[in-house]
Amino acid sequence: MAPLTLPEAEETMLDATLTETDAQASLRRSEADTPSSLVMRFGTDAPLTLDAGPAIAPWQIAYQTYGELNADRSNAILICHALTGDQHVASTNPVTGKPGWWTLMVGPGKPIDTDRFFVICSNVLGGCLGTTGPASTNPETGRPYGLDLPVVTIADMVRAQAMLVTSLGIEQLFAVVGGSMGGMQALQWAASYPDRVFSTIAIATSYRHSSQNIAFHEVGRQAVMADPDWCGGRYLEAGRNPKKGLAVARMAAHITYMSDRSLHQKFGRNLQDRDALAFGFDADFQIESYLRHQGMTFVDRFDANSYLYVTRATDYFDLAADHGGVLANVFKGTKTRFCVLSFTSDWLYPTSESRAVVHALNAAGAPVSFVEIDSDRGHDSFLLDIPEQYRIVRGFLTGAARARGIAGPAAEDKP
Amino acid sequence: MTDLADLTSDVRIDLKLIAGLIEPGSRVLDIGCGDGALLELLERTRGVDARGIEISQEGVNAAVGRGLSVIQGDADSDLVQYPDQSFDYVVLSHTIQATRNARRVLEEMLRIGRRVVVSLPNFGHLDVRFRLMFLGRMPVSKRLPYSWYDTPNIHFCTIRDFVELARDVGARVDQAIVLDGAGKRLPFSLPWIVWNLLGAQAVFLLSRDGR
Repeated sequence: MAPLTLPEAEETMLDATLTETDAQASLRRSEADTPSSLVMRFGTDAPLTLDAGPAIAPWQIAYQTYGELNADRSNAILICHALTGDQHVASTNPVTGKPGWWTLMVGPGKPIDTDRFFVICSNVLGGCLGTTGPASTNPETGRPYGLDLPVVTIADMVRAQAMLVTSLGIEQLFAVVGGSMGGMQALQWAASYPDRVFSTIAIATSYRHSSQNIAFHEVGRQAVMADPDWCGGRYLEAGRNPKKGLAVARMAAHITYMSDRSLHQKFGRNLQDRDALAFGFDADFQIESYLRHQGMTFVDRFDANSYLYVTRATDYFDLAADHGGVLANVFKGTKTRFCVLSFTSDWLYPTSESRAVVHALNAAGAPVSFVEIDSDRGHDSFLLDIPEQYRIVRGFLTGAARARGIAGPAAEDKP
Repeated sequence: MTDLADLTSDVRIDLKLIAGLIEPGSRVLDIGCGDGALLELLERTRGVDARGIEISQEGVNAAVGRGLSVIQGDADSDLVQYPDQSFDYVVLSHTIQATRNARRVLEEMLRIGRRVVVSLPNFGHLDVRFRLMFLGRMPVSKRLPYSWYDTPNIHFCTIRDFVELARDVGARVDQAIVLDGAGKRLPFSLPWIVWNLLGAQAVFLLSRDGR
């Protein structure tokens, strides 16, 4: 993570810092319907059925691709993003102007080598960067969906991706890869479409959301909904934005992405821009200042209702539930090769949950590789420069490519 | 597939021996697979469906990096998760002496696999006996390079000890191969007592009695 630099403005309460330029707001608004990335539009003849019951149509899915699809169409890798990620895995985010979120993993010569593989990354269903979500215009009303969009699930997200992949002319993906909520999608792919996934890499993830996970998400959602600017979910039409609520939600969630140890090492009880306690409720401590910064940069790029939808989708995730509660039954007879990775300090999706997935895969007789990577940086480790992770993914993909009869990633990173 | 006979001499002799015991195309679980050298050899020369368990992170990383299906796990605690008879062979190569409950591990292996292959260093070897008897010290050698206080090898046994354990858990010894200190195979006709004295390491092929 980059060293902490904070604007001076953070002296008083959170709201003083939550000023957003109109340009940024309208940019985010336009990305929801007309993304600057590629987008696949499905008409009323290709409705998307949802676990909640109703189907939606027309609908759309925004995506990016990198590299070239080979003649056999056998080198495609789908990358699934995490909770508040996007399709810009290895290209500049149009709203924030920041580089892609997984450039250590994806690119020329990287483990997911765009010189060898055709890489697809799409914005999730319920997201806010061009795939149909609560910020998208409801074709029936001409207004943003808001809460009129049915609640979506991880399986719905995957169903939408499968329709995209089919439209791109790809029958079987060489790999589906994801961390955190992206890992849930990767596991869901293997469960829903075993014949369409040659290999799966699921990082820092789980087969179901725990009570504690749901609890943290509920705090976040309540914070959003308690903000008067939320307007019952109709803030876009009201020209408002529940920034304070969303920022608090992000602050709470952000704590769960780090470990106690990494927080202690990074901030300890250090004071922010002062030599002594101020005896007030300003951000005395660096950690407070850091969290406020995380909160306020988040609201600039993310839609509040979208946050409700994606957190709900992960809460509802329980792979075994549809298979009599037995996880091994989910993967019965699968031929997909699995790679499961966890991190020692990840308490959001602890290693024990990855192990449960691995045990189920073993019981199902599936080929599986599993490593618990030593890292003290918590759940976010999967996005950080932890060389072990990239080495293992490179090795796993090399073996899988050999088995599939296609070119694997370059032997090591380009200098 | 590469033929076993074509392998260069840098492949460890006990791994080559184990590979020779495995039917081509079978399902194999290697417990304590280290960096996956045996699994890779089996994939290459025997076309097996190879799986491994390894406790050390370096080992797992190296094995997964080779494209092998290896999981980080512990022989003492993680074998229960595998269904009965889910592998054709379960291999324990130079690992039994590092397990906490060797008997339990062997029983689990006989449950999981139709056949069980165990290779082990023989603590009854002449060289070991010599060091203990004349130097009065726990043996440290090229084959057993650890000092007593930091060795992962907590349950050493002799060839005779192992044969007795195998009998106790209801295993039948289908094949036994004993190598001397130079890695040469001892003649089959020698009595156990000689094997136990001259054998530096042994490889056993077991199956559950009555099958």
